[in-house]
Amino acid sequence: MAELAAARPAWRRAADNWRIRLGGGFLLFLVAVALLAPWIAPHDPIDQDLLLQYLPPAWTGKGEAAHLFGTDNLGRDILSRLIYGARIALVVAVCAALAAGLIGTTLGLLAGYVGGWVDQAISRLVEIWMAFPAVLLSIVLVAVMGTGLHSVIIAIAVIDWTRFCRVVRAETMAQKAQDYVASAVTIGLPQRRILVREILPNVMPLLLVLLTLEMGIAVIVEAILSYVGLSLSSEFPTWGGMIGAGRQYVNQAPWLMVAPIVMVIATVLALNALGDGLKDTLDPVMRK
Amino acid sequence: MSVTDTPILAIEGLHLEIRADRRRIPILRGIGLAVTPGEVHGLVGESGAGKTMVGRVVLGIAPLRSRVSGGSVRFDGEDITHLSEGGRRRLMGRGMALIPQDPMTALNPAFRIGDQITDVLRLHMELGREAARARALDLLNDVHIRAPERVLRQYPHELSGGMRQRVLIAIAFSCRPKLIIADEPTTALDVTVQRQVLGLIKALQADRGTALLFITHDLGVVAKLCDRITVLQGGRVLEQGAVADVFEAPKHAYTSALMKATPRYDRPGDALQPVPAALTETLNDEALAYDEARDA
Repeated sequence: MAELAAARPAWRRAADNWRIRLGGGFLLFLVAVALLAPWIAPHDPIDQDLLLQYLPPAWTGKGEAAHLFGTDNLGRDILSRLIYGARIALVVAVCAALAAGLIGTTLGLLAGYVGGWVDQAISRLVEIWMAFPAVLLSIVLVAVMGTGLHSVIIAIAVIDWTRFCRVVRAETMAQKAQDYVASAVTIGLPQRRILVREILPNVMPLLLVLLTLEMGIAVIVEAILSYVGLSLSSEFPTWGGMIGAGRQYVNQAPWLMVAPIVMVIATVLALNALGDGLKDTLDPVMRK
Repeated sequence: MSVTDTPILAIEGLHLEIRADRRRIPILRGIGLAVTPGEVHGLVGESGAGKTMVGRVVLGIAPLRSRVSGGSVRFDGEDITHLSEGGRRRLMGRGMALIPQDPMTALNPAFRIGDQITDVLRLHMELGREAARARALDLLNDVHIRAPERVLRQYPHELSGGMRQRVLIAIAFSCRPKLIIADEPTTALDVTVQRQVLGLIKALQADRGTALLFITHDLGVVAKLCDRITVLQGGRVLEQGAVADVFEAPKHAYTSALMKATPRYDRPGDALQPVPAALTETLNDEALAYDEARDA
């Protein structure tokens, strides 16, 4: 068995996992769309055409072929806004997850490895932090820092580092109890090197899974903040902003809300599927 | 085998206690033993006797909640009982090394075998990348690993337990330490592999003249491998001496009870006898505290 598993590189095993193929495939598609937005978007996302308000999607028969997903209350093309919205969603997801991961992993590694009062201090901090209602805290943070992309990213990172911290701390403690750490000490490796070069690589698979899951959370939080108007100003097309604007016209033009909601759900599902798939693929190799 | 008089490892009156729920539980209660250069010294005792703790104190990896409360450990003339972390690092690898108990977890699962061996060599022997790789190949040959080129590129999970233990033996001997502490190096292996691994350790030890502190509960192994023996019970030294003397005429009832509890292929007719409860005075809560501290 071991021989067989070894013969196939990790990326091949990953490619065989349907969750990774599905989730990863959709995300690759989304990244491509976001990168190529200026070329593939049929219209300028902020171009208003007040003669073509509330145009239904083209396939209903009442719309126009030029506006595949219809238009919103200001006559802006929904498909183009979705495409540009993907850019913001992805930037926020990646940056916020990385920032939260960096803070949480650093503190989690320290707490798990050093133990003692360091662990006590960090663990209590995490508990206090988690006692705050997350959405409320993010709204307060953005309100204080002012709206904008960087505020959203910082708000998410500042709130969600605790997820990483707790999991990484527990995993670090589990890894520290392994004999290879004792062996590393008896070999004479410095503590910092043991933590960063011996333990961290073994925490990495878990971290990858956490990062993908956190990206999903970041997409939702960004949507929430845009929905309440605390993300980017409304001229920038964000999925949450589209949902928020569409809410007012949900009786006349439900597709205004449906399209961005479907995008948020699909993106989060794809990220979760990717995370689950990575967990399945990385676990048996790294753990056993 | 040249056994000189100045010991490479001298432990005197070593006391170790573990803190548990505001209590201090003595784990080692005045251990004394000496290992001379080139000697194979067996450290035996049942579970909880403290034999692993002795090894851990010498190596500086005693559990966090434990404290040396008395006595001293001298290595090569230098007192290392309360050595700083930096001093400890200088000592490891070239001074002393460990052959761990469980080969399944003692190699880092995230790195190739080759990197794990060359890391040690480059750290302590100041070898370049190429030289370290060549040395690693030699070492794998020394521990009788077939296709060493391939093993260098493999990850630990791709190797069997016996192979991994060979790799760990290669790592322990890699920087030509003066003392190797082997903590039950064969208990996790199956019987056929045990013999090969023991033979290998003995051969390498004799070839390099390394002193070996061999921690085990297997008196059969001690008889085959060791020059001298220290029997521990409940954190105390019960009996000490040349293997032949102790086996011929054990001074203490516990030692002879231990020997009767060891299977012998030359006397298959004798029924194995359990060690009488009156002779095992290791208290339950002490053993518990020990386990807790080890897991902490």
